[in-house]
Amino acid sequence: MFPKLPFLKKNPKDQSQVFIPSRRDFLKLSTLATGGFVLGVNFQCSGPKGELLTFAPNAYISISSDNQVTLVAHRSEMGTGIRTSLPQIMADELGADWSSIKIIQAEGDEEKYGNQNTDGSFSVRMFYEPMRKAGATARTMLIAAASSKWGVDPKECDTQQGKVIHSVSGKEIPFGDLVESLQNASLPAPESIQLREFSNYQLIGKDVPIYDLKDITQGKAVFGADVNLPDMKIAVVLRGPVIGAKVVSFSDEKALAVPGVEQVVKISGPSFPPGLDKALEGVAVIASNTWSAIKGREALEVSWDLGENQNYNSEAQLAEMVKSTSQNGKVRRERGNFAQAKSSAARIIERTYEAPFYAHATLEPPAAIAHVKSDGSCEVWSPSQHPQWAREAIASALDIDVSLVKVNVTLLGGGFGRKSKPDFVVEAVLLSKAAQAPVRVQWTREDDLHFDFYHSHSAQRIIASLDSSNALSGWNHHTVFPAIGSTGSKDELHPSDGEMGLGCVDFPFDVPNIRIESHESTGHVRVGWLRSVSNIHHAFAMHCMLDELAEARGMDPIEHALSLLGEDREITFQSEMVGGEYGNYGEPIDAYPWNTGRMKAVIREVAEKSNWKQSKANGKIMGFAAHKSFLTYVACVVSLEKDSSGKLRVEDVYYTVDCGIAVNTDRVRSQFEGGSQFAHSLATTSAITFENGVAQQHNFDSYKIIRMPEAPRNIHVHIMESMEKPTGVGEPPVPPYIPALANAMYQANGKRIYKLPFQI
Amino acid sequence: MPTYNLTINGEQKSVEALEDMPLLWVIRDLLDLKGTKFGCGQALCGACTVHLDGTAIRSCSLPISEVGNAQITTIEGLSENGGHPLQQAWVEHIVPQCGYCQTGQIMNAASLLQSNPNPSEEEIEQSMAGNLCRCGTYNRIKTAIQSAAKNL
Repeated sequence: MFPKLPFLKKNPKDQSQVFIPSRRDFLKLSTLATGGFVLGVNFQCSGPKGELLTFAPNAYISISSDNQVTLVAHRSEMGTGIRTSLPQIMADELGADWSSIKIIQAEGDEEKYGNQNTDGSFSVRMFYEPMRKAGATARTMLIAAASSKWGVDPKECDTQQGKVIHSVSGKEIPFGDLVESLQNASLPAPESIQLREFSNYQLIGKDVPIYDLKDITQGKAVFGADVNLPDMKIAVVLRGPVIGAKVVSFSDEKALAVPGVEQVVKISGPSFPPGLDKALEGVAVIASNTWSAIKGREALEVSWDLGENQNYNSEAQLAEMVKSTSQNGKVRRERGNFAQAKSSAARIIERTYEAPFYAHATLEPPAAIAHVKSDGSCEVWSPSQHPQWAREAIASALDIDVSLVKVNVTLLGGGFGRKSKPDFVVEAVLLSKAAQAPVRVQWTREDDLHFDFYHSHSAQRIIASLDSSNALSGWNHHTVFPAIGSTGSKDELHPSDGEMGLGCVDFPFDVPNIRIESHESTGHVRVGWLRSVSNIHHAFAMHCMLDELAEARGMDPIEHALSLLGEDREITFQSEMVGGEYGNYGEPIDAYPWNTGRMKAVIREVAEKSNWKQSKANGKIMGFAAHKSFLTYVACVVSLEKDSSGKLRVEDVYYTVDCGIAVNTDRVRSQFEGGSQFAHSLATTSAITFENGVAQQHNFDSYKIIRMPEAPRNIHVHIMESMEKPTGVGEPPVPPYIPALANAMYQANGKRIYKLPFQI
Repeated sequence: MPTYNLTINGEQKSVEALEDMPLLWVIRDLLDLKGTKFGCGQALCGACTVHLDGTAIRSCSLPISEVGNAQITTIEGLSENGGHPLQQAWVEHIVPQCGYCQTGQIMNAASLLQSNPNPSEEEIEQSMAGNLCRCGTYNRIKTAIQSAAKNL
């Protein structure tokens, strides 16, 4: 199965319709055993050519006669707050009492629930309108039932706090008392449904605490490894040290001698390329408890054929990649004539940028629980970002029909893209089948860092030309990195259109001559997508170079960015694309245009919020970058301070964000607070390297992520007021932070930064 | 396998375990208390933090044979129904994102406030430096500890 990258595919167009499930449908919704009144949402989605992709119930609202309102969350919760934010939208339109709402996590079933691939910062973008419609339809029906009971005009009624209220008489009735009269109600015509005025929202646009808050603080929240089944076994796997390695032979004698160890099982995996949804080849130790399994694994004796990557050295490849960027590459976007701009330039500035492999290092290492039953069916509990993909990968690994696979989604102890990939879930089902018992496969931190789907290392070269009037006349950006596609196919030597569209070909600045090129590189390890994906390295190079250009042109970096963005207008890149398309994160460019005015507005706002001019004049050490990703506009200023010993620390981070309508303002802020800290690790502490095909970092002592004393001290997030369509915020905080910090470092010590990670 | 008698969250428990089994796996696998998390197995991340006689320790790196008669407290035993001032402060400031590290963070902070009820910002940062949060909730954790310290 080839990678399902959200930014490679056109997103399905929403033509959602609310419906009342038939009795038969309702009975199938076993998770909603509350009885009473149930509403579904049909996501009748059409693909790019208008073909029907799915026609199935997706999200549900149910109201029981004892006033319990239950909402289904169908997207995975990995820390963004989505399990709260989408139900929050439904509840607000419904007029439910939020304090007593119950949220149920949907199992992985895209026929039933529509797209569940929680990735690409698109949950709110895709489901804001459908959730509003669902809530509004339920409200309309409740009001119809109440007003008919009272013999009053429905227009005089509204819902609030789980009751229908007649504004004229002050009469009120709880939702639960209307359930019976709704049993045979018919659905109102979709065009008759009135959405609430934005100003009337009680939950949307507000700080709403996350649903699982108290459970988390009490240790009751259920993550991947927390599910316990009767007679469950625990497995850890010794995987080939190099990706693509195969087992030649193994001895399980010493492992089986460890008390608690019950079975040793070989898992067959592919040679290179390894694919995105397959288990790696390895030998698994199955035990009665985790410790015995870990000890048993240490006692295993395995002889490996290390395969084609056994001499792979990432530093050597990176050096080759840097070299390749001085050649002509494959042109991906062209405007004007860069060669001419270069030859007539008064000055040329050429810089290379390098970034390492990064591991996701979710604090919860991968873990999944599987029960392959004697009737051939299979049930899984996993912290999955993409449960439907897990379901399909399981069905394929077990060679059973997908309808026999049930995937329950637990909370995710961090995802960042790692847990989209179902490899660890596939391991669990293979081992459960072999053990004829429920099995939890447990990854250790070493497993996680050695066998991640890493963010690729990269080399970039940017050549900029300044003409005789000191204007930026040309921009030539070369990029090279093993593409995500290389994990699935040896033919994928260039970054895909999707990857190029993440901060490279979507260079938005008004430069007359632009040439963007990619170069070939080969994959040797598993690469995947990490929070903001190729934007991480592209934004680093682009905005560090712009900072340098501003200096070369004698301009303030913020004034420089504003002036380069030019007139307020909507940009399309399509006519300048060469041999490919600009993906725009899966959305049509006319529905989500690249609007320079919105970008300029966040830049102006960040200048004001950070008191940029005054603070710089007063000697503050500050750096700036502004970057749009995942359709969200972000500007960032990082301010450093030296302590008495001369050590630098990020004192303040100022973010301004235009994500259209902000649904849960607290969770928008928390994503930016966390995003800056995540980016701070990428910028300053983290790197994975490979020698002889083996990752050289093993745990948090060698793959470092920042700790509290290194974290930015104050993070100020300003959300722009906007009535534009909402866009996501999970990934957009990351890209601008790294160059803003690097640019601040230059102000601190006069040294430009060209390589990640760097020390502060 | 030897038998160990433990006092955990005020209750007596008896378990059979390999003597080098880390307390973490005793708590999670043998006693089925899942609030204490596995993050690194090397005392590098703090997700597994519990109290031994009131002091924070990394349960992933403490063999069961070394627990002796010490009183073990896990997140499940920190308070009745989340009533500890730190848990309340965590709720007030909506600290968690994914939530995975937070029980370890709370247990570590509780031990800090036990020994130093009014820590400075720097003391908080240093005391909490062993607890990783990948989502990046460090600022809210710090704020919540400061706020709980005021309410102690």
